[in-house]
Amino acid sequence: MLTILFDGIAYGMLLFILACGLTVTLGLMNFINLAHGAFAMAGGYVTVVMMNRYGISFYWCLPAAFLVSALIGLLLERTLYQWLYQASHLDQVLFSIGIVFMAIAATDYFMGGQQQLINLPPELSGRMDVFGVGIGRYRLFTIIICAVLAVALQLILSKTRFGSRLRAAVDDRRVAMGLGINVPLVFALTFAFGSGLAGLGGAMGAEILGLDPNFPLKFMIYFLIVVSVGGTSTVSGPFLAALLLGIADVAGKYYVPAIGPFVIYALMIVMLIVRPNGLFSRGGR
Amino acid sequence: MSVLPQETTVSANSSTAAAETRAAKLMKRRSRIRFYEIIVWIAAIAAYFVLPSKMLILTEIAILALFAVSLDLVLGFAGIVSLGHTAFFGLGAYVAGLLALHFIAEPVTGLIVAGIVSGLLGLLTSFLILRGSDLTRLMTTLGIGLMMAEIANQMAWLTGGADGLSGFSPGPILGMFEFDLFGKTGYLYCVGVLFIGTMIMRRIAFSPFGLSLKAIKGNPMRSAMVAVPARKRIVTAYTVAAIFAGMAGALLTQTTSFVSPDVLAFHRSADVLLVLVIGGTGYLYGGIFGAILFTLVKDWLSVITPQYWMFYIGLLLVILVMIGRERLSRWVEYLPERFSKKEDR
Repeated sequence: MLTILFDGIAYGMLLFILACGLTVTLGLMNFINLAHGAFAMAGGYVTVVMMNRYGISFYWCLPAAFLVSALIGLLLERTLYQWLYQASHLDQVLFSIGIVFMAIAATDYFMGGQQQLINLPPELSGRMDVFGVGIGRYRLFTIIICAVLAVALQLILSKTRFGSRLRAAVDDRRVAMGLGINVPLVFALTFAFGSGLAGLGGAMGAEILGLDPNFPLKFMIYFLIVVSVGGTSTVSGPFLAALLLGIADVAGKYYVPAIGPFVIYALMIVMLIVRPNGLFSRGGR
Repeated sequence: MSVLPQETTVSANSSTAAAETRAAKLMKRRSRIRFYEIIVWIAAIAAYFVLPSKMLILTEIAILALFAVSLDLVLGFAGIVSLGHTAFFGLGAYVAGLLALHFIAEPVTGLIVAGIVSGLLGLLTSFLILRGSDLTRLMTTLGIGLMMAEIANQMAWLTGGADGLSGFSPGPILGMFEFDLFGKTGYLYCVGVLFIGTMIMRRIAFSPFGLSLKAIKGNPMRSAMVAVPARKRIVTAYTVAAIFAGMAGALLTQTTSFVSPDVLAFHRSADVLLVLVIGGTGYLYGGIFGAILFTLVKDWLSVITPQYWMFYIGLLLVILVMIGRERLSRWVEYLPERFSKKEDR
């Protein structure tokens, strides 16, 4: 029971790291980026290639996954995304689906369509017993990293100068520009950072979530649920939503395997009926 | 895509009666049969005689066109971006398949039943899309689509699971016209359904009802102020679209005698969006033009790169959006405005 809860928390944390970049693009820049999973997949594949082909340590792969995804994000933001901030939602959806399709086909072409496996370092694999609860070491590792990241993210957004610039740029782009804030730069950096986080999530999730070319499509619905249930105005909203989703999904698949996949959809529908504007919506928006 | 004339601005002193006649005239203008519509249907019939060896791909186009036209009602008129329209298509396909397998092999009955069942699902799920923003709608529609795919996969005793449904063949249409080996009957059947479906949707879309949908799309708040019941209208439009999407699915089942879980796959929802983007939204025929182009491009791509055509579809989407969708569908405006002579003004 507690083990499931623990696994669920790890899964939820991972979802949060994967989706929080999307929260930023979606909530702050109002861009519906369905291709977010593609950045996560990029991070996952970076890890796979580095570990399996070049034998680089897993710990070095994580920052590398972050950097590569962030660079790809930055590149795409500067070349393509930035033209679409003002476009209609339909355009954004179509554009990002296009990106997803290209990412899937390209990955399939270069890496093959099979599931990718990574070998975790020995100190991270296996389970240990803590007060009778079986705890996967890797899951514990995931939870710690993600928790640290979540706290850091919250602090960056609320305490640093960059965070306040970002919030200003989001609240009113024109006034922020008038105050001398370089809004496009802020957006580009934020986008890159969000993509990097997704890449990190993809790298860490390769073990738990699995990794194959269809990754962006498979997890698109999860990201959307996290963001729309959690609301886009805070960090804590998506965080709790991701935890809830992770626990519900793991518990559902464990206890009622026959209808396990439907648990998240049921959750989604209930949420929608009870709180149509998200779990923690800031009133008036 | 007619451009509304300047004179429609009702001057302050005109009486209500004059305004009413003017409005009636406007509606008439809007719904007038246009030149290209005639061309489309003539071409559809002509294709039967000119391209007898291409019946299968033409049938595919007709089915995709019906599917896309039904989505246009939701997307182009009501302005709801749906990522799960294939839920209705797939449901219709499965209903038609099951009906043919267990009960009646007569296609038109199957078509109607599939339409009704899909319409019911549309009615039920439409209450979910009323809530929230574009984002929540995306999530909901995508979720419904995925849920249907999951159901089809899990209920293997009914749907055949990953293997799909097979082992049935549709009977003669209305007990008179047998399906032949070359798909000629199938093509005429599909074009017939497409024609009737498009005409019904056209009637709906170019009525005051359709106009009110466009008003809701433009600004829900303002349309509520001029007493347009947004929720009711969206429910109706969504349900009607679901009915025709289900019928398109049923057509696919009946012409191929096979249902695979692929009918519920996500890429279908994306494909049909692409079809509408190519053809242009908001005038129904975009679905038909788009379906023709899309099927030809896809066919051509899958010959060149059987495995990686998805990449080019994605590239096409990105390029289309970057160029701007509006520029693409503008060509229709250059066609002769109307078919009949000028009789009003």
